[in-house]
Amino acid sequence: MSANGGPLLEVSDLHVEFPTEDGTVHAVDGISYTVQRGQTLCIVGESGSGKTVSSLTTLGLTQTQGANVSGSIEFEGRNLLTLDKNEMRAIRGGPISMIFQDPLSSLHPFYKVGAQLIEAIQAHQKVSKAAARDRAVELLGLVKIPDPQRRVDQYPHEFSGGMRQRVMIAMALSNDPKLLIADEPTTALDVTVQAQIMSLLAELQERLGMAIILITHDLGVVAEIADMIAVMYAGRIVEHAPAEQIFGAPQHPYTWGLLKSIPRLDTPRNEELVPISGRPPSLIKRPGGCFFHPRCPYARESHTRIDPKREPVPGDPGHEVACLLEPDVRARIWKRLVAGDSPEVIKREVVGAAPAPVVAAEPAAETPGVEP
Amino acid sequence: MSATASPLVEVRDLVKHFPIKQGVIFQRQIGAVKAVDGVSFDVLDGETLGIVGETGCGKSTTARLLVRLMDPTSGSIIFEGQDIAKADGATLKELHRKVQIIFQDPYSSLNPRKTVGSIISDPFIIHGMYKGEGERKKQVQELMDRVGLNPEHYNRYPHEFSGGQRQRIGVARAIALRPQLLIADEPVSALDVSIQAQVLNLLRSLQREMGLTLVFIAHDLSVVRHMCDRVAVMYLGKVVELAPSDELYSFPRHPYTGALMSAVPVPDPAGAKRERQLLAGDVPSPANPPSACRFHTRCPKAQDICSVDDPPLESKGATGLTACHFPLTLDEVRLRLPAALTASVTEDPRYSSSASSSPSPSSSSSSSST
Repeated sequence: MSANGGPLLEVSDLHVEFPTEDGTVHAVDGISYTVQRGQTLCIVGESGSGKTVSSLTTLGLTQTQGANVSGSIEFEGRNLLTLDKNEMRAIRGGPISMIFQDPLSSLHPFYKVGAQLIEAIQAHQKVSKAAARDRAVELLGLVKIPDPQRRVDQYPHEFSGGMRQRVMIAMALSNDPKLLIADEPTTALDVTVQAQIMSLLAELQERLGMAIILITHDLGVVAEIADMIAVMYAGRIVEHAPAEQIFGAPQHPYTWGLLKSIPRLDTPRNEELVPISGRPPSLIKRPGGCFFHPRCPYARESHTRIDPKREPVPGDPGHEVACLLEPDVRARIWKRLVAGDSPEVIKREVVGAAPAPVVAAEPAAETPGVEP
Repeated sequence: MSATASPLVEVRDLVKHFPIKQGVIFQRQIGAVKAVDGVSFDVLDGETLGIVGETGCGKSTTARLLVRLMDPTSGSIIFEGQDIAKADGATLKELHRKVQIIFQDPYSSLNPRKTVGSIISDPFIIHGMYKGEGERKKQVQELMDRVGLNPEHYNRYPHEFSGGQRQRIGVARAIALRPQLLIADEPVSALDVSIQAQVLNLLRSLQREMGLTLVFIAHDLSVVRHMCDRVAVMYLGKVVELAPSDELYSFPRHPYTGALMSAVPVPDPAGAKRERQLLAGDVPSPANPPSACRFHTRCPKAQDICSVDDPPLESKGATGLTACHFPLTLDEVRLRLPAALTASVTEDPRYSSSASSSPSPSSSSSSSST
């Protein structure tokens, strides 16, 4: 895209902690990822997995709430965490902009949509009000709001949910961002409207060449737009891979759980759902070892002590996972899950019921009855 | 479920209009929001009937009318020979013993000042069952155990539970009286993905064990397909299509159903690259719905007749019922749906006959228009 060779955004070992009366909330716990120019990274996770906090931190929006932030967030070679308030303000809504989940509460109800767009434009560009207004109309047209000349003088309550989200997108695009962070942009919308918004985002990305970080809990939405996917659990990225690999050869038991626990239109109707048991851990008192072990059907005794590091998956470039199971065991488990076996059966036959010692060179030999 | 099952509930011409009023003291009605506007369907004994549709289509209002949390404007809901729509006093109380509801939001549907034990035992007290406190507690704890809650948490308050567990409390309260009919109004849409499957599996196993008839209301088409034997699709207060799940999801006939399914994201990058039929615009206001076929303003196949003549809900060849003058043809369905869904259709003789006889003279490939 540009002469600047490196990635657009590089987040390294980012920690975000919130001190509270009950103890420290480890909202984001050492995550690293990069976003290339023009690419789409999707961050997938449940409520409380830290996906929103990590993005708000990118925009400098958690620091003001008393969070302790460490690590680095390099945007075009500059570490955003070292910038002062004014420098950050120039970035926010300028080269990096964001759209939020709830378009109704993100727009000011007392001001006309046009006035809010003009404010966003004039905050970053030295232009006259008339020029900003022209730009506002152009932006509303860009996000396909019919009759933008008239709509620009209306209030947010005169717009439907989908139209409000379009206004938010227009506002985010007002200063030609290089990175657009979309935090659950379609969660509050109906499926037909969701499809409209997602296709609009994809089209705008193609036209304007910006990178997108899409935060969502819906793997279906992700499949259509993502280049890379990061799966977050309890403040960490547990799996990070190109989109096809997440769906084709997922490696982490949590990703398996997410994929197998939602009914889908393209699988047989009577396929049993495999829920993930339990619920996400407290981020104040986190479990020892692998954070997922209390909910993981395949956890061994040792997994309650050893904390997995994110490591490359052998033979699968670009795919990283933080899991203590051996790669070939993981491959066999996923194969059995796809075939429709229950986690209990797989655990017994593939992983071994007894807490296995640290595994020797040939783990395949001790698991009978499994096809290679 | 077998097609021969007898109806447990017969809903006929159900209407609910909410008046729009103007004026402070002398209020006069200046219009009405037609939330449910002439809906008829049967709920068969032992089946799961799904109701899907977008925000504002009237599905939740229908749910509330079925349990008579609201009074319908007109129409009837016949349950065991009695009209729920007209029941009052003792009859209504007796009906509530047999018809129960689970709500969408597990946060606002539980009283925060009451313990879980007293929330779940309320139905017993209201209906004068298990008069002794010890016996009541035992029953409640059995229920808690049944829905996957720890019975020792009897004295805890709702705020001490997570969303999924709260929904289990709601389920326990709803099945306490061993109802015959359970209405589930968006029971999982407020829950995290990993928790949804837990609640869905719970509902299915309860249905099997207790022989429940379930009306399952949701906006998520994948969830509805997973749960339901038959599905009714609603649009602006009307049922536009009503068909067995397998049929509806492999060969939807109404263009609105086709558009809904086309919009469902599929978690598979290969399958996701299908051509989509996107609906333009938003759902019109139910206070002032379009004339005749209400979908004609957004329908890619609409013709002049659609704005004049309201199509009846009738069979278009297969088992299901569709309210449309120009139902989708097989080719159009193939454009809209993931290939995995339509694969079974070609071998099925029911569809081939209906596909050839479908009246679509001029609109051969209107699917790309939005």
